[in-house]
Amino acid sequence: MVSDADLHVNDAPSRSDPDAAIFGAASLDPILARHNHDANNLLQILREIQEQHGYIPPDAVDRLITSLKIPRVKIEGMAAFYSFLHLQPHGEYRVLFSDNITDRMLGSAALMEQMCRELWVEPGKVSEDGLVSVGTTSCTGMCDQGPALLVNNIAVTNLTAQRVGTLCELIRNRVPLSRWPAELFTVTNHIRRKDILLGSELAPGSALAALLARGAAQTLDEIKISKLRGRGGAGFSTATKWETCRAALGEQHYVVCNADEGEPGTFKDRMLLASCADTVIEGMTLCARIIGAQKGFIYLRGEYRYLLEHLQRVLQRRREHKLLGRGILGHPDFDFDIDIHVGAGAYICGEESALIESLEGKRGTPRNRPPFPVTHGYLNQPTVVNNVETFAAASLIALHGGAWYAGIGTGTSSGTKLLSVSGDCAHPGIYEYPFGVTVAQVLADCGAKNTQAVQVSGPSGVCLAENEFGRRIAFEDIPTAGAFMVFDRSRDMFEVARNFVHFFAHESCGFCTPCRVGTPLLRNMMDKLARGRGSPYDFAEIEKLNLLLQSMSHCGLGHSACNPVLDTIAKFRPAYDQRLLHKDYVPAFDLDYALSQARRMTGRDDTGAHLGEAE
Amino acid sequence: MSEATFTLDGKTIPFREGQTIMQAAMAAAAYIPRLCYHPGLKPHGSCKLCTVKVNGRHTASCTYQAQPGLAVESDTEELNGERRSLLQMLFVEGNHFCPSCEASGNCQLQATAYELKMMTPHYDHFFPDRPVDASHPEYLLDFNRCILCSLCVRASRDVDGKNVFALAERGIKTRLIVNAESGLLADTNFSADDMAAHVCPVGVILRKRTGFSVPIGQRTYDINPISALPQPKAGES
Repeated sequence: MVSDADLHVNDAPSRSDPDAAIFGAASLDPILARHNHDANNLLQILREIQEQHGYIPPDAVDRLITSLKIPRVKIEGMAAFYSFLHLQPHGEYRVLFSDNITDRMLGSAALMEQMCRELWVEPGKVSEDGLVSVGTTSCTGMCDQGPALLVNNIAVTNLTAQRVGTLCELIRNRVPLSRWPAELFTVTNHIRRKDILLGSELAPGSALAALLARGAAQTLDEIKISKLRGRGGAGFSTATKWETCRAALGEQHYVVCNADEGEPGTFKDRMLLASCADTVIEGMTLCARIIGAQKGFIYLRGEYRYLLEHLQRVLQRRREHKLLGRGILGHPDFDFDIDIHVGAGAYICGEESALIESLEGKRGTPRNRPPFPVTHGYLNQPTVVNNVETFAAASLIALHGGAWYAGIGTGTSSGTKLLSVSGDCAHPGIYEYPFGVTVAQVLADCGAKNTQAVQVSGPSGVCLAENEFGRRIAFEDIPTAGAFMVFDRSRDMFEVARNFVHFFAHESCGFCTPCRVGTPLLRNMMDKLARGRGSPYDFAEIEKLNLLLQSMSHCGLGHSACNPVLDTIAKFRPAYDQRLLHKDYVPAFDLDYALSQARRMTGRDDTGAHLGEAE
Repeated sequence: MSEATFTLDGKTIPFREGQTIMQAAMAAAAYIPRLCYHPGLKPHGSCKLCTVKVNGRHTASCTYQAQPGLAVESDTEELNGERRSLLQMLFVEGNHFCPSCEASGNCQLQATAYELKMMTPHYDHFFPDRPVDASHPEYLLDFNRCILCSLCVRASRDVDGKNVFALAERGIKTRLIVNAESGLLADTNFSADDMAAHVCPVGVILRKRTGFSVPIGQRTYDINPISALPQPKAGES
């Protein structure tokens, strides 16, 4: 078992200093210098200001307007797009509970209630003394060790009532994060099944040496022979992508590693970056040589901030060993280096064109395509964007050859796939299988009992019922980005779908009408059913809305926002039927519910403060 | 060499290389519903009203390049039904009260809803809290009616070179903001000569003291349905 406890960083951001009211030049200048005073790095600049100060203070905004020569609205528009950025003080300690269904199944709601009670704070609000805010965030990628939370963007896992008590005490005593017990920040990588990727000890530089011996064009041929397909879920041919980018004209070519692993229930990229960073970075370097890029980016999701120093150390070590930087392995014409961009809480940035917008310091809104990033990507230049796992697989192929790789898995899905298994099973964690493995096999290996359903590839994937457990993980049957969430018979599949619908409404970028308005409408309808006010009319409306989202939305988020509902309706109809209490239409407006705010304000909860159902 | 053409609902539409389906259709005086498209600005593709079916697949006609021989469907029961739902979404997302709105009759949202025979808002209203900005001496901003088409954002940024407007937040919370520390239009360099002052398809950016100079009943879309008019008109009252 690999543990990355050593990844705990003492240089983790400390709490903001309330005495430093003025955000002086002393703190801003190094940040601006580090980012070349380049407005394309605005997200990184804002994120680092916030890390130092707890929020982005008004005088920092003023200075950015003049230093970067950008309008105020650009900064305000950006900061308000990303969940983790704040233009107003949001507490010295900003606590966000991961709100994935797997965290909920492990009791996260009660733990958050406990924390709010102990710290005297309302969910989503900042405490009156400005000390702390407690809220929820989308899945933080710690499903194998939940419930989890982020405190000032650093992960704390395996929450229990006792651990929450410890956190509350540290917060109340204003202990800086850098002095919190290291044990709190331990993230364990549960590697349960190894195959060709996790089982190999790839010596840093060995795949690059193979590339240089064989030649770039010949290595691209090997990738072609391997039939490697993108591991982000869509399964596009990696060789075709690289070949198109290599042929595309541009001033610069770019390699981007998509480590914005935001799909709820997925955490295999977290493990790869923690345990196999060299293999991933080597894959990026191979790609750079093949497409002719000198510059690359790792777009690391904000929830994995704790990995930043570790990754920087790996990059630095590779530079020292001539595996990165100028003149790689002594070849004067082989220059390539990598910057890490850290996200700030926006699932949509996992979509490759939104990711590129975000890299350019903009709101993460998916672009109109075509043109595609391979010809018009970062700064409108030819850009390869691949998943973390794809780059790691490319390293193996460069070393062992395409035919070897193509011989593993199935005919149309070669190689292996990492699955992030969580939910109702004895051994959650990372499982590497050759493509073609059955769902039943995975369930048996992870020790799942009385399984009712499996959600494969997260909320935007597919929900499988028991009669489908014979199906196979492969692009031709069940394609997946890696999430594998298990639900036993005690779980209410309606609540699972409702959690996913809330997720999509929260993460919609707001660009197109159907997704911006449709996802919260869908959320409200599911909530209406949950409150016992549903009727067959609402049920029909939900289905209609889903079809509209599917046909009219701008990107995959809107297209797939309906999947969990359509799947659970088709396969777990009783979970819905038991909520359709009313034969006829019942309005969503609920008189008694409307009074709840007044009850909270007056502190009343007696019968006189309630209204019965209208007769 | 004969001119390249595609068909729109069976009608032959000529086009020049580089034109989108929307641009070619407008040049041929064929109406495709739209709210976020303006001929003077780069296509955006966000409102999705202009969605058509090309070879059986839904796509926004304002961003899709015309190609020879395409069979494009637009005026069909299926697409108009979907567009009606999008309009209903836009109506419930903001606070739209046509009878008391000074843009009534010049409003493209209202006119398109009439065109597509939208009879009710259908969905539950969100009733967002969006304060009005009356700070500017000549212009009023009523954010209640904003449909987030970003025409003013693009006009101010790409044509006026000013960046007076931008979108902030995301999802259903997305909102229009103006470029001033106070957040008020009066504190920006916005001017009546800006293109941004004239592109709002609804009633957000309004010139003061002229609202009712043309009586309701005699306004642009009171006289002709929007499908009969090739160019956007609202905001020019």
